[in-house]
Amino acid sequence: MAAEKQVTTTGLLGWIDERFPLTVMWKQHLSEYYAPRNFNFWYFFGSLALMVLVIQIFTGIFLVMHYKPDASLNASGVPVAFASVEYIMRDVPWGWLIRYMHSTGASAFFIVVYLHMFRGMIYGSYRKPRELIWLFGVFIFLALMAEAFFGYLLPWGQMSYWGAQVIVNLFSAIPLIGDGLSIWLRGDFVVGDATLNRFFSFHVIAIPFVLAGLVVAHIIALHEVGSNNPDGIEIKKKKDPATGIPLDGIPFHPYYTVKDIVGVAVFLIIFSWIIFFAPEGGNYFIEANNFIPADPLKTPPHIAPVWYFTPFYSVLRAVTYPLFGLDAKFWGVVAMGASVLIFAFLPWLDRSPVKSIRYKGPIFKAAITIFVISFIVLGYLGLLAPTAGRTLAAQIFSVLYFAFFLLMPWYSRMDKCKPEPERVTE
Amino acid sequence: MKSQVKNLCRLFALLLVLPTMAFASEGGPKLDLAPKEKFSDRAALQHGAKLFINYCLNCHSASYVRYSNLKGIGLTDDQIKDNLLFTGEKVGDLMRIAMQRDDAQVWFGAPPPDLSVIARSRGSEAGSGADWLYSYLRGFYRDPSRPTGWNNTVFDKVGMPHILWELQGDQVLEAEPAAAGGEHGGAHAAHAAPKLKLVKQGTMTPAEYDNAVGDLVAFLVYIGEPTADTRKQLGVLVLVLLSILTLLSYLLKKEFWKDVH
Repeated sequence: MAAEKQVTTTGLLGWIDERFPLTVMWKQHLSEYYAPRNFNFWYFFGSLALMVLVIQIFTGIFLVMHYKPDASLNASGVPVAFASVEYIMRDVPWGWLIRYMHSTGASAFFIVVYLHMFRGMIYGSYRKPRELIWLFGVFIFLALMAEAFFGYLLPWGQMSYWGAQVIVNLFSAIPLIGDGLSIWLRGDFVVGDATLNRFFSFHVIAIPFVLAGLVVAHIIALHEVGSNNPDGIEIKKKKDPATGIPLDGIPFHPYYTVKDIVGVAVFLIIFSWIIFFAPEGGNYFIEANNFIPADPLKTPPHIAPVWYFTPFYSVLRAVTYPLFGLDAKFWGVVAMGASVLIFAFLPWLDRSPVKSIRYKGPIFKAAITIFVISFIVLGYLGLLAPTAGRTLAAQIFSVLYFAFFLLMPWYSRMDKCKPEPERVTE
Repeated sequence: MKSQVKNLCRLFALLLVLPTMAFASEGGPKLDLAPKEKFSDRAALQHGAKLFINYCLNCHSASYVRYSNLKGIGLTDDQIKDNLLFTGEKVGDLMRIAMQRDDAQVWFGAPPPDLSVIARSRGSEAGSGADWLYSYLRGFYRDPSRPTGWNNTVFDKVGMPHILWELQGDQVLEAEPAAAGGEHGGAHAAHAAPKLKLVKQGTMTPAEYDNAVGDLVAFLVYIGEPTADTRKQLGVLVLVLLSILTLLSYLLKKEFWKDVH
């Protein structure tokens, strides 16, 4: 028989610790996880993203209890799925609150994740040794996009329906297998009941599993190498010789738990303000068109994806030239995919001697500014119906968007950087 | 850090302006503003409910709405039973209709849509859903080229006849220089802020009719989200509690961070 494990805890906790590393994990991830003491505003969004994920899962559990993924028409001629959402809004006690939390949560998720990604970009959080944290993050972002896309079909309104129709049709642009592939994805020749049911399955089972697993991997990788900070220097290089604790590190719990609670409270004020006073989010979070039940025979005059997809959608529409005998649509799909996946290559594109924007030179500052402007303008253009002028603008900003990444190996080396400090600054 | 926050604020400011720029660039029919003050006026809502049940709820269902929802605008069970239930419905019943969808298809070209969330579905850059409904219900005019004899300034070639005709009377489209393209005048009208002229008054004066339509629209807004009032009242409480939480959590944070140098 193996030797008894030696634990210092007693009582119930001791009993558990002999069988499960509860105290060890508590220390490793919270009370003895040393985070840099100089986190600023931008460091709230990681914990906020985690909280929004929890909100989405909990509200989702209750929505699934009453929602019916059924495209057939009820006695009043309304699709059952659409009617079940209104049933939740009216007849399920507190259903309206749960539903608004979920619909607002979807947009809030993207807002905090975009800000979280931006934080990583300005402080070089993707640089060695944090490449895997960043890669897991990019996969989380991909999973999140899939989750949002599948979920958006479920209310079965006009925008749900035609948005899904447009996106699934994109796959038909792939040569040879495209048409078969899009039929296979839909399970039908048009978006229909089969599509609704499989999207429901993906939305509530498959993707949430993947998402949760990736979030755990993201955090484990983070706690393995330690957090970056606004100065982009490694706090583990300067440790107290007696304790081995980084001189600029403070235990995550209680310091950052109490700090993040402030962030959570402020976030919840904004989040609740939207839920209670503007749940449609100015027609961006819940669109007016989505209060019209899905009608396969009536194409809306203007189909735009939800705001969080529009930057990438703009890139898709910006490609208007056929190439190598393949459709412009195909290359648009390729460009759109590239505009998302290119984030994954950041750790290897950045050749700057420093990590943080604080010590990077004017070229990077200009580049990231142009990138942010491009992202916002592309997002804005993606909401609108295309015109010749808008398509040209989308093309120019798509080029700038990609230039930020593709030229980085050169400009990041040329840039005039300042020396990094030895210790973190205030 | 300070300058970053400042930049972020600028970014948000820009984001807030962008949508208005988008809407300014797109035309669309001009809508009249629905009288918003009626949305919270119980007498107006009750009058709207009466009009809705008498005039709309024969062809249109409101199949997510229950008659008991009328309690939310100040009616009692008995008032609902005595005044608004005609064919043996119960107070807890949904506002369904007897007309068959197949028949409606034949009669109107398309089954009349369910009106439960019509006010929420008609919002656009041109105005709120209420504005659209208010303009629509006041925008019917005589058009002999249409099968029903009616056309509409905000919904060209609409399949619905002017159901409130007895109240409003007959309107005709004033021939405009811009829209004087003969038979296509109707199509142009949607974009040229068309002028309507009342040629025969109904049982109501124009002011009375506008007032009645305002009441009806207020009711349609109400059934679009009967819980809206609860939502806003609860929202105030939630924001107050969250403000207290913010203050307490900030003080807690300050206390803990005292010893971080």
